[in-house]
This record gives sequence, structure tokens and C-alpha cells, in this order.
Amino acid sequence: MKHLTEEELIGYREGETTQREAIAEHLTSCSACRAELDRLEAVLHALDNLPVPERGPEYGRAVWQQIAPRLPDKAGRGWRTWLEPRRWVAIGAMAAIVIAAFVAGRWSKPKDSESPAASVAQVRERVLIVAVGEHLGKSEMVLMELANATPPAPGQKQINISAEQRRAEDLLDANRLYRETAKQDGDAALASVLDDLERVLMDVAHSPQEVTPAELDTIRQRIEAHGILFKVRVVGKELQEKQKTTNSAPAATESKARERNKA
Amino acid sequence: MIRMSESAGSMQDREAVRSAARESDALAVERTLAGERDAFRVLVERHSQQLFRLAYRMTGNEHDAEEVVQEAFLRAYRNLGQFGSRANFGTWAYRIAANYAIDRMRQKRTEDARRSTPSSLAEEQEQDPLDLVPDERPTPDRLAGNTELRNKMEEALKELSSSERTAFVMRHWEGCAIEEIAAVLKSTTSAAKNTVFRSVQKLRRALEPYVGARGALQAKAAGAAPEPRGTQP
Repeated sequence: MKHLTEEELIGYREGETTQREAIAEHLTSCSACRAELDRLEAVLHALDNLPVPERGPEYGRAVWQQIAPRLPDKAGRGWRTWLEPRRWVAIGAMAAIVIAAFVAGRWSKPKDSESPAASVAQVRERVLIVAVGEHLGKSEMVLMELANATPPAPGQKQINISAEQRRAEDLLDANRLYRETAKQDGDAALASVLDDLERVLMDVAHSPQEVTPAELDTIRQRIEAHGILFKVRVVGKELQEKQKTTNSAPAATESKARERNKA
Repeated sequence: MIRMSESAGSMQDREAVRSAARESDALAVERTLAGERDAFRVLVERHSQQLFRLAYRMTGNEHDAEEVVQEAFLRAYRNLGQFGSRANFGTWAYRIAANYAIDRMRQKRTEDARRSTPSSLAEEQEQDPLDLVPDERPTPDRLAGNTELRNKMEEALKELSSSERTAFVMRHWEGCAIEEIAAVLKSTTSAAKNTVFRSVQKLRRALEPYVGARGALQAKAAGAAPEPRGTQP
């Protein structure tokens, strides 16, 4: 007698097979397959009993209290948030950097030994180094301010972090763009730091505008857990060094990135 | 006969309750979109428990699960304009939560992989699985209360890829249809079916040594007869 395969048994158990009747009939006459199904049942039954922590009837209200301060004024705007003036400022700044890189590439004279393409790439890299360095500097400031925020005065229960929150939100857009660019350029180390930074900025951007000291501590702990301040400083320093080097003696960029990724 | 009509009656009642909840959800969505921010509160309070259960089973820890719930509602609010009023808000929010939980699991895996050191891996490998086998084989219910087995089950779930864990949670615990799972995994239904199969297969390989034949008998006695799975609530 041909026994049922594991796939058929799992399919039968999960209600997904087309031959349910044939399998059910086989199971009534084949003790080996029945035992096999019982063993599968035992595992799934044990998993059924894996507990989920209880959330009381007040949980929904607690969730609302957590998210209410973070909700925008109007729901369902989606892409329309991109039309907000402050977004346009960030987009405009980014566009200016790209145009500057392009124009600088067009107008800079290539040295005799260099190809024009290599020269354009170097100029583009220089502009990006400056822009990313500046971005990391701004991010560091926001994180530093949060990490060193003064404790509330006696009697004051909430700390207002709306300014930091808004700046983090603005930095997020630029961060995404730089991270993608770093990835495309094969600079995995920079992309990884920007990836970590993005998560922390997102945490801050999604926090309530006014937080309790305990909530501020949680944000601080998250910043510390990622070690992001240290990473941002190291990469920022590295970019400064690189900026100096590229200004004085431009060299092959790809090999440098590869070396850094290895490190 | 009386019992049958009662059961038919209670099914109708349940359907009526569900339909009323859907209508009330639709109204809350409309009011929120009209600028009444507090109307969204009804949706949050109604669906938080369900999203938490899903998020906890997917992420395996309370902190991440709570974050998933909050983020899912924030995303739902921001994108409420894209939500078709004829759709079920619960299912829509559920899908947003599942998608965010997948991203979260992937992020964590990348972070963990970066942090893990060869020595800690070696320590993990040195652990003898026989140490975890209980001397006497208790019933599945007791086994679930057994901390060691519970850890083993949590470990086995962690070993699944994020897609496998999502597929297993949605299918096995939440009773979602394969089409629903495929939509969350952004795959075809046959790929989603394979993912469910792979997840059950892996869990079985990992846990069968700890849940023995006696457990199988208990499972049978508990009436865990295979029933075709329904659709997500």
C-alpha cells in the first residue's frame, strides 16, 4: 500500500488538499499514516498552547492614548504630505545638491591624465561627501540634544520634544536618499550606518510631541542600544578625512569604498 | 433538530454582529476622513486586541508586538484615503500590521546577524538537544506550561524565515485563507501554500522529539481533528 506523503498529510491537516476524501479514506485503513498524522497533530497542538500575553479590555484605549499625539491633523493624506512646504524645502535642498554636482561635473576641467567621466564622478563624489557629512552633523545634533535633554523641573510631568521630532522627520527624507545612493555606489559601510540612523530617526519622529521622563529614557536607551551616536561620529570624521583627501589628491573612488567595506 | 435550529440561529446572530461591526467601522472611517479625528479611536479600540495577538505571534515579544500595533494604526490613519469603504477595515489593518511585522522581523534578523559572534554560535551548537527532553512525556497542555519546551517552541519559531513564520501564524493560528497570506507575502497562492507547508515541516522536525507519541494521543483526545481552515475574522 502506498503511504501518504508528508506534504499530503500537512495539506490535509491544513485543509488545503483537493483529495480530502481519498486521504480520509486512506487514513481509516492505514494505521501507519494515522500515527504519522497523530504525531503532526501533537506538534501543532502543543504550539496551540503557546500562550499569548493577555491584554486587558483597556488595551485599545491605551493604544489610542499612545498614538493620538502622533496622528496628523487630517487622516488619509498619504502622498499629499509631500506637498507640505517643509517637505518642499528638503526636496529643494536635495535638488540643489544634485544640480550642483551636475554643473560642477560639466564645468570642471579634467586633467590631461584623467578621462572626463572619471572627473565628473570625482566631483559628484565630493559634493555627496559634503552633503552626507552635513546631514550626519545635523543628525548628530538632534540625537545629542535628546541624549542630553534636561530633566523636567519639579512638578513638570512632560518634556516637549516636538522641535527634535520635527527635525528628525525632515532628516528622514534626506537620509533615505543618501542611503539609497550609498547602496548604489557599493558603499555598504555608509549604507549600513545610514540604515541604523534611519531607524532611530524614525523612532524619534514617531514619538509623541510631549513625553514623560520615562518615555524620554526609553528613547535614549534606543539611541544608545544602536550605538548610533558613536557610528555617526566615526563616519562623519571619516568623511571629513575623505573630503580633505579628495580635495588634495583625487583617487579612485570605488577601490576606496571597497577597502572601507572590507574593514 | 432543536439544537440545529439554535446553532443556525446563533450563526445568524454572529453574522449580524459582524455585519453591524463592519457598518460601524465604515461609518468611523467616513467620519475620520471627514476630519473627525476622534472617530478613529473607535477603530483603534475595536481592533487593537486582534492586531496585538497577530503581532505577538509574529514577532515573539511584547515590546515589538506593541510597536507593530501602534505603527499599524498610524499607517492606517495616514493612508485611510486609500482604503476602499467597501472593504473590511479589520482585514485591512490586519494586513498592514502583518506587513510591518515582517519588515520588523527582517530588520531584527539583520541586526542579530551583525551582533552574533562565532563564540556565541559555538555555545549554541554545543547544547545537547537531549538535555531538553523531559524524562516523562506529559500532555501537550502541560508541555506548553513546561518552560523548557516553551523555549524550544519559541526557538523553533525563531528559526523560521520571516515569510514562513508569517504564513504559519496567519494560517495556523489566525485561520487566514491562502489568498490572504499570499497577499501579505506578495506571492502567488501556490508559493504561499508551499511556505505554509515548509513552516509546518520545519516546526515538526524541530519539535517532534520533544512532543512524543503520548502527546499525539492527547492531541487526538483533545479533538484536534483536521478541519479545513476558514478565513480571517
